[in-house]
Amino acid sequence: MSDLKSHVVILGAGHAGGTAAALLRQYGHEGPITLVGEEPIPPYQRPPLSKAWLKGEADADSLALKPLEFYAEHDIDFRPSTRAASINRGDRTVALSDGSSVSYDALIIATGARAIALPIPGADLSGVMFLRTAADAEQLKATVGPGKKLAVVGGGYIGLEVAASGRALGAEVVVLEREPRLLARVACTVLSDFFKAYHERHGVTFELSATAAAFEAGPDGKHVTGVRLADGRLIACDAIVVGVGAQPNDEIARDCGLETARGVVVDLEARSVSDANVFAIGDVAHRPMPIYDRMFRMESVPNALEQAKQAASAIVGRPPPPGEVPWQWSDQYDLKLQIAGYAFDVDEVLVRGDPASGKFAVFHLKGDQVQSVEAINSPPEFMMGKQLIGNRRAVDKARLADPTVSMKEVAV
Amino acid sequence: MAKITYIEHDGTEHVVDVKNGLSVMEGAVKNNIPGIDADCGGACACATCHVYVDEAWRSKTGEKSAMEESMLDFAENVEDNSRLSCQIKVSDSLDGLVVRMPESQH
Repeated sequence: MSDLKSHVVILGAGHAGGTAAALLRQYGHEGPITLVGEEPIPPYQRPPLSKAWLKGEADADSLALKPLEFYAEHDIDFRPSTRAASINRGDRTVALSDGSSVSYDALIIATGARAIALPIPGADLSGVMFLRTAADAEQLKATVGPGKKLAVVGGGYIGLEVAASGRALGAEVVVLEREPRLLARVACTVLSDFFKAYHERHGVTFELSATAAAFEAGPDGKHVTGVRLADGRLIACDAIVVGVGAQPNDEIARDCGLETARGVVVDLEARSVSDANVFAIGDVAHRPMPIYDRMFRMESVPNALEQAKQAASAIVGRPPPPGEVPWQWSDQYDLKLQIAGYAFDVDEVLVRGDPASGKFAVFHLKGDQVQSVEAINSPPEFMMGKQLIGNRRAVDKARLADPTVSMKEVAV
Repeated sequence: MAKITYIEHDGTEHVVDVKNGLSVMEGAVKNNIPGIDADCGGACACATCHVYVDEAWRSKTGEKSAMEESMLDFAENVEDNSRLSCQIKVSDSLDGLVVRMPESQH
């Protein structure tokens, strides 16, 4: 397998797949690389789509991971606008949507995840959008602006970023959330309350505990003009962004008999547990996370990059890269949120700093160890918190809770 | 346009032309130069694009923002001439810039 001349086929040309292709060349892989992507453009960064790009602060060139010429120059056979139809693991071939077939020595599944659609009437009306791809973002940018009202269904990070960008573009914004608080699945109440108040100060309105029952069209029967809530109320709007989560595109793996569990089950080399010639990376992978002693699926760029390194290293026979602490970030208005780790098995939540100051961090502890940190405009808390999650050092809770004590002095 | 020399920790040199307006980080990433990870794509959120700016270029690369300063304060192997390369914008005045990479970004 660790043959520098082997043919590597990568299914999915997102951040994970594009990075894996570039890293293989960087690591000295000499054999053919085929990169198959369903979108018409080469791999690009998705995070700015809901942030800088939507506000016009980044252009298509700056979003691209590499310029288009890069792929030809590095002998990477990039096949845009092409989907993988099926995998035949016996023959080691992949059937593609254009009717052709490609054979592989090593296969990397990097098909990502897709936005979950709401199973309600009107979900396919024009003006009901998602924010996952550059095309989605183009459509959204063309739709929202001054004098328009945008309804965002889902009060998670994507929904809140879209709300902030919508306000920056001059639109009126209402966020509908099914749960009684924002970020209910991913953050503690301190953050939920903080973000709600911050967005309200920027003119966003919220409907909490509000379930969307239907999207309704105007007289033309085609374009959405409102959201009907389960309690019967109608929220009028010109456009809707649905941000209620994503699901892995793992059907192609399941269909060829690879073990899946909401994602393709892989080991620490990003290798499928069912087939040594197959890897899965990024949003589609269900991966081990040793610091938490469990397996799960993550949707983040750092995870995609880490797994791209794992798979590329394994394929070329390099030593595995050091394990990383998972992290992610979000930009809303002038707020920089940085999150490290996941709040598994937490028995105490400790707030450092005053949320009212717009600069604070929430530490999630298991005993005297940090499991995760959510840092608002607080890089030291994020950076040191991330190190503490990785090295498992015990912290002195009193010092950690005292913002006048340097983060360099909170470990025991 | 500026010609920039990126030197890996093992001494390998890469000399590339980088367009004005891009960051020194983007110049490395778009040319597939190893040693700059840039997990966050330039949001000043991760400190994985750490470089050492050659002494002769320190004043021309500008001042660190408070955010960059505090990210670097907690990165590994930081020196006086450490910078986050996503925060250095390329212009004609940086033609000839030399930056060195640390041993690791993580």
